[in-house]
Amino acid sequence: MAYLVSHPDEVKLISYRFGKGATDIDKYLELDGYTAARKAIALGPEGIIAEMKVSNLRGRGGAGFPTGMKWSFVPKQSAKPKYVLVNGDESEPGTCKDRLIFEHDPHSVIEGVIIAGLAIGSKMGFIYLRGEYRYLLKIMEKAIDDAYAKGFLGKGIFGSNVDFDVISHTGAGAYEVGEESALMESLEGKRGIPRIRPPFPAVVGLYGGPTVINNAETLATVPHIFRIGGAEYAKMGTERNGGTRLFCLSGDVAKPGVYELPMGYNLKKMIYEVGGGINDGRSLKAVVPGGSSTPVLLPHEIDIGMDFDQVGKAGSMLGSGGVVVLDDSVCMVEFALRTMKFYQHESCGWCIPCREGTDWLKKTLTRVHAGGGVAKDIDNIRYLAQNMLGRTFCPLGDAAAMPTIAFVDKFRKEFEDHLDGKPCPYAHQPEAALAGA
Amino acid sequence: MSTQTIFSPALAARFDRMVTLYPLRRSALIPMLLYAQDEVGYLSEAVISEVAARIGITELDVRDVITYYSLMRTAPAGKYHVQVCTNISCMLRGGNELLAHCKQRLAIGNKETTPDKLFSLEEVECIGACSWAPAVQVNYDFHENLTADSMDKVLDGYRAKG
Repeated sequence: MAYLVSHPDEVKLISYRFGKGATDIDKYLELDGYTAARKAIALGPEGIIAEMKVSNLRGRGGAGFPTGMKWSFVPKQSAKPKYVLVNGDESEPGTCKDRLIFEHDPHSVIEGVIIAGLAIGSKMGFIYLRGEYRYLLKIMEKAIDDAYAKGFLGKGIFGSNVDFDVISHTGAGAYEVGEESALMESLEGKRGIPRIRPPFPAVVGLYGGPTVINNAETLATVPHIFRIGGAEYAKMGTERNGGTRLFCLSGDVAKPGVYELPMGYNLKKMIYEVGGGINDGRSLKAVVPGGSSTPVLLPHEIDIGMDFDQVGKAGSMLGSGGVVVLDDSVCMVEFALRTMKFYQHESCGWCIPCREGTDWLKKTLTRVHAGGGVAKDIDNIRYLAQNMLGRTFCPLGDAAAMPTIAFVDKFRKEFEDHLDGKPCPYAHQPEAALAGA
Repeated sequence: MSTQTIFSPALAARFDRMVTLYPLRRSALIPMLLYAQDEVGYLSEAVISEVAARIGITELDVRDVITYYSLMRTAPAGKYHVQVCTNISCMLRGGNELLAHCKQRLAIGNKETTPDKLFSLEEVECIGACSWAPAVQVNYDFHENLTADSMDKVLDGYRAKG
């Protein structure tokens, strides 16, 4: 079970029901549950999409695409059934927020799916959870059963003339399946290999029908937008970045945890005030601001607001909200290698630049870290990564290449310090933490 | 399908229903394989054969899917499958050292099983416990904020259960 934390700067909107027993449907109803879905039925598809656009909610999976606009791309008329698909395949290293939503507020996801379904004229939604989250699948299955029993799902939901079904579904361990087209392949019972786009899922998606795919946090946010109003929600954040999001603080920080903060919250403040600063009185070396695929930031680059535009301007990405903090004892070559080992393991093998690129990067980084590297290796790492960018069907190739380029550019000297048989000069000491010291 | 099955009556009934839920029968494949593995311990020839028949695809189609997903295995593991995350957030908090500790404590290497078949060990990628690192999953149960001592207690707990 994941632990809850708290800080006075938090704005508890998505996390408003966390720790309050809202997995129980009656408790959820007591805490304004399913009021948003009723409002949405009254608003109708165009009203829902208009409200979503006003809210400035942007996708919480990583890309930050405006949710209302995504929904508006689904054609009104379609010969094939339309679908809503919840991406709960949370696998980006550094990210553990959807887990809390499923654990503490599963009905908010169901309610979000219903509203998305109403907006696009779909009659069926799927909630896909990563295979490792088995205990959450049980929570989700019960929540769905309870929603059917109350008449919130099934025939004529909430006494209206709208039918809507929801199915929960489990993956079986694959980072790549978090990519939207691979997710659809996986839900169709196949290997999670990306599809070529266009056509985009909004036009040809699951089972060939128009499909809206949203991150679990995105959909769990939707009911709150209708609860408080889109304009009110937008005001909580910054320009073009409405609302709040769940930030997952991890690594060498004194108080790691998942904190809900307004969009645009200062990153430096997040680390030093919310997170209580760097562990064991050490100093900050670097921050990975949005999950392992986002380029690393240096200490002088973190006085920025955490929204999609400001982090983008700083040369990185807001990503999935996973803020990984590194202290001054971390070896950046080891960190780059561990990151690449992950992408090499998770590359589905479909596109050659990703399959071969991640493998060669892992091999080269392994050699450099072990002290057997030659000067040319450093340029080769950068060259290889650069040539993967934009040359794959899905963003996994970019996700592996972007942080690698930043590691080399920002910590070149550390790579050089490893050359010519020298032992790794950086001694990160997690043994002390492990001993419970 | 209900006459000849290698699964328990409850699981067989669940599978009968699962294949009817989706717009396409094949959508039930991945959850079915995982639930079958939970019951049988691994994806044996017999499991592959029956699941293929239930979905109406070839055994080759099923194997094609199995080789893709990290949680699926075609050989038995220990009764308690200890999965230690060493990805970045766990690494920063001692994931590698925790893995080394488990190897020593269980006297087995990565992807090995103890002679009594009680424990198996695997180094895994991010399990979504980054803010509570270092973390381990034993079968589907999470254990978080671990130290060497608390890891020992976790293992002792499973050993006592037998």
